[in-house]
Amino acid sequence: MSEILIQLAYLFAAFLFITALRALGRPDSARRGMQLAAFGMAIAIMATLFQARIISYEWIVVGAAVGAIAGYPLGLWVPMTAMPQRIALSHAFGALAATLVGIGEYIIGLSGGTLVRPTVAALGLEVLFGGVTVTGSLMAFGKLQELLPGHPLIFRGQNAINALLFAACCCCMVWLIAFPTHAVVFGAMVTLAVLLGILFVLPIGGADMPVVVSLLNSYAGLAAVATGFAIDNNILIIVGALDGLSGLILAIAMSKAMNRSFSNVLFGAFGSTDAATGVTASAAGEMSPTTAEDAALRLAYAQHVIVVPGYGLAVSQAQHQMRELADLIEKRGGDVRYAIHPVAGRMPGHMNVLLAEAGVSYDKLIDMDEINERFVEADVAIVVGANDVVNPAARTNPASPIFGMPILKVEDAKSVLVLKRGKGKGFSGVENDLFVDPKTSMLFGDARQSLLDLALQVKVA
Amino acid sequence: MATMTTIQLFVFMLAGFVGVQTINRIPPLLHTPLMAATNAISGISLVASLVLAGNGEGVVATVLGTIAVACATANIVGGFLITDRMLSMFKRTQTAVAETSEGSASSAGSPS
Repeated sequence: MSEILIQLAYLFAAFLFITALRALGRPDSARRGMQLAAFGMAIAIMATLFQARIISYEWIVVGAAVGAIAGYPLGLWVPMTAMPQRIALSHAFGALAATLVGIGEYIIGLSGGTLVRPTVAALGLEVLFGGVTVTGSLMAFGKLQELLPGHPLIFRGQNAINALLFAACCCCMVWLIAFPTHAVVFGAMVTLAVLLGILFVLPIGGADMPVVVSLLNSYAGLAAVATGFAIDNNILIIVGALDGLSGLILAIAMSKAMNRSFSNVLFGAFGSTDAATGVTASAAGEMSPTTAEDAALRLAYAQHVIVVPGYGLAVSQAQHQMRELADLIEKRGGDVRYAIHPVAGRMPGHMNVLLAEAGVSYDKLIDMDEINERFVEADVAIVVGANDVVNPAARTNPASPIFGMPILKVEDAKSVLVLKRGKGKGFSGVENDLFVDPKTSMLFGDARQSLLDLALQVKVA
Repeated sequence: MATMTTIQLFVFMLAGFVGVQTINRIPPLLHTPLMAATNAISGISLVASLVLAGNGEGVVATVLGTIAVACATANIVGGFLITDRMLSMFKRTQTAVAETSEGSASSAGSPS
């Protein structure tokens, strides 16, 4: 096939990819769109197989077979709760592919004597972004999968060392552009990038992972863009740009929702900066505990119920019990909505997927901005395993470390029911005024068990 | 060569603008599927890996290329499968369509 036809095939694939992303703007068109994207991918791959540079196919078949066998369980068997680490792992795969291509093309260029400066610059960026993403994603995977300690690992001079490593990478980059054939420098840069990836994720705690995973998504995209520049391939540039921007947009949205600046997430380990100020906002008053019977009675006769699911719900795997309780309330004529805070899960939009999996229809999953106006009408707001995202101190108490963080206005509801494991503080170690509010009742215990009890009582109420 | 790189920079910039416009329209509801989808699509780096694995320019290049092909294929296969699995779970209420239509319409249309 001629080069023109291959390029036209790429053009068509790029069109299908962008169409797919547009279709993702609405839940009812999203699935169709992604099927189109898969079709586009098939076209692009087919076209590539006809490229003149490819002269043998046996190793391609081997690689593709291994990849398909590895990819199948990654696609069909991974549980939805494990989505964040699954995505992190796949960033590592994508970045590893880009890095290896970068190294391979450099070696070919070196032996063929065809290295020119723009190509070397692109290859350099490719292995830089790729290397950081490979190890960074593996670290994120380890932390999310709890193979590594999830809390921030901090040592003295950490930021200085990271800065030094980054500067060293930049020096290697400049050196390579000046002397493209110095292979040792290229090797040093790969090593430094790989090291930087480890050190960069080391000080970031498990709860900040949504930002890190999104950012690594962005880096993986940029590595693909660099590949595109290096081997003159427009579709890699287009897809890489889409990927990179999507990661960046999500990372910024996540930091905003956590009330943290981007740099604070990346360079200021949360626990350490917060320990000093965490004690300032202590809530005055007593929590009022309740029983499942009393709480169920209120739920059974409520007209409007809003559920605020937090990560605790996902941890205790209680989405299904939650949905069953909601079904019972709806059967009695009540109306149940779910208030989804942007950082309710461990990655952007994670809670929506978990609830959708439990069978909650998506028109009941309402974003923070919209649901906040509806809390006033709610007879009962049920908070399950969420804490900081419903803390009114974020709006009222300037001394609180979470002041300024966008929160769900649960305190506007006519009454609040909080399901909570114990009397402990939230992730940020801040006391929650909502829990001692007179209209709040606390139902202590494991979320799953509490929801089962509630459902049982609503049934007989 | 210089014009080639310039054209690529144009492509990069325009793709970037399209990306921002498109991705900002995606509601938070679908942000996890979006990440899975971009992951799957980024498996397009397979086109570069294929060339490296099949160009027969030495053992090192072939080995690196083959590993890269495996990684990229895993992303494509796994990525599209899991995105489809996820999106198949997002369902609308069957019974109360009329009552909920205003709620979902505005939630889908406001990507905060």
